[in-house]
Amino acid sequence: MSLQPFQLEIRDLAVRRGPRMLFERLDLSLSDGEILHLQGANGAGKTSLLETLAGLRRPASGQVLGLPEERGLHWLGHRNALNLSLSVLENLEFWCGLNGASTSACQPALERVGIWKLRHRLVRTLSAGQKRRAALARLLAQRRPLWLLDEPLDGLDRQGLELFAQLLGEHAAGGGGAIVTSHQPLPAGLSGVRNLVLSR
Amino acid sequence: MNAALAILTRELRLALRSRMDWLLPLLFFVMVVLLFGLGARPNDPVLAGFAPSILWVGALLSMLLTLDRLFRADYEDGTLEQLCLAEAPLALTVGAKLTAHWLLTGLPLVLLAAPLAVALQLPVAGLPALVWGLALGTPVLSFVGGFAAALTVALPRAGLLLPLLVLPLLAPVLIFGAGAVRAALGGLDAAAPLYFLAAVLVLCLTLVPWAAAAALRNAFE
Repeated sequence: MSLQPFQLEIRDLAVRRGPRMLFERLDLSLSDGEILHLQGANGAGKTSLLETLAGLRRPASGQVLGLPEERGLHWLGHRNALNLSLSVLENLEFWCGLNGASTSACQPALERVGIWKLRHRLVRTLSAGQKRRAALARLLAQRRPLWLLDEPLDGLDRQGLELFAQLLGEHAAGGGGAIVTSHQPLPAGLSGVRNLVLSR
Repeated sequence: MNAALAILTRELRLALRSRMDWLLPLLFFVMVVLLFGLGARPNDPVLAGFAPSILWVGALLSMLLTLDRLFRADYEDGTLEQLCLAEAPLALTVGAKLTAHWLLTGLPLVLLAAPLAVALQLPVAGLPALVWGLALGTPVLSFVGGFAAALTVALPRAGLLLPLLVLPLLAPVLIFGAGAVRAALGGLDAAAPLYFLAAVLVLCLTLVPWAAAAALRNAFE
């Protein structure tokens, strides 16, 4: 199944957190097949920008146009959205059930991120990197055109970074787009990556 | 409906893994009620007069103990962000979570109320009104408490604020719930206060999921 094409346009966007204006007059575009690497100092507003695009936060002003519609985006925040008292598989099956996806997609997703053998382990017993892989599996269990990834490299080892680069590359090659925040450079081997630095 | 079922299954599975989370409030309820009995003189008829209030206040306080955790774990591990963005409407998700909360904390109170009422020497004539009242009133406690928990989910030390928010809102439920038992004991028809509780319950079922969903979305602003 091919992904829904999209052309994201951000016009004159301003985002506020409490009384503080994080950034103003931001213009940006992203189409399917593109990866945008968002960088910036702590507090520059990278996470808040992603939260705004995801719909978790209202912009102070400006417009966000062309977001892919139904089943349009995946959000991976700082936190993995994994319940520590459930197993890896139970967590993933829950998200599939909630989003109307078939639970049969869980096995290939967990195999792809290399933790199928850990599927019955409670999340509380996993390392930080294994938890991050479990969170990445959620992106694969249900295909969506736009990925908003906030510091997705946190906790990943060298093999995890290579895996992430492969997943992101395959996603873009398959017609998906992604905005990725990270303080470290994205893994080598990714083509078509644009960089944007948010400054205060 | 699959989404609601997914939430219910998850909540019940989590409850099985963390039994103390719902057993401790039940034990608290039993202990509060029995301590009143132990504190009174043996066979004191006054105790039966206070029994409806003791049971209702015990149920109210017992359910208060569980409210702070209702959305906080999901908020802290990032689940709540995903629930806000999920395909299933957040109000449906919240409704399912609150229903699971009642199944785990309210329903056991309803089942325990009759034997505990007997321990407080409540006459048998008052038992149906007590059980019906709690069956209608405890879901209201879950839903109104859930709304307050949603309002305070992002606040530090919300556990202190929650009782101050919830208790005044639940005073009418307490008054009409205990009033139904007193009416039955006095030979009057208990239907009117029970109908009132039923009306409040319908109002809560209709409005609270949407209001709590809006409060949860606001937590990210």
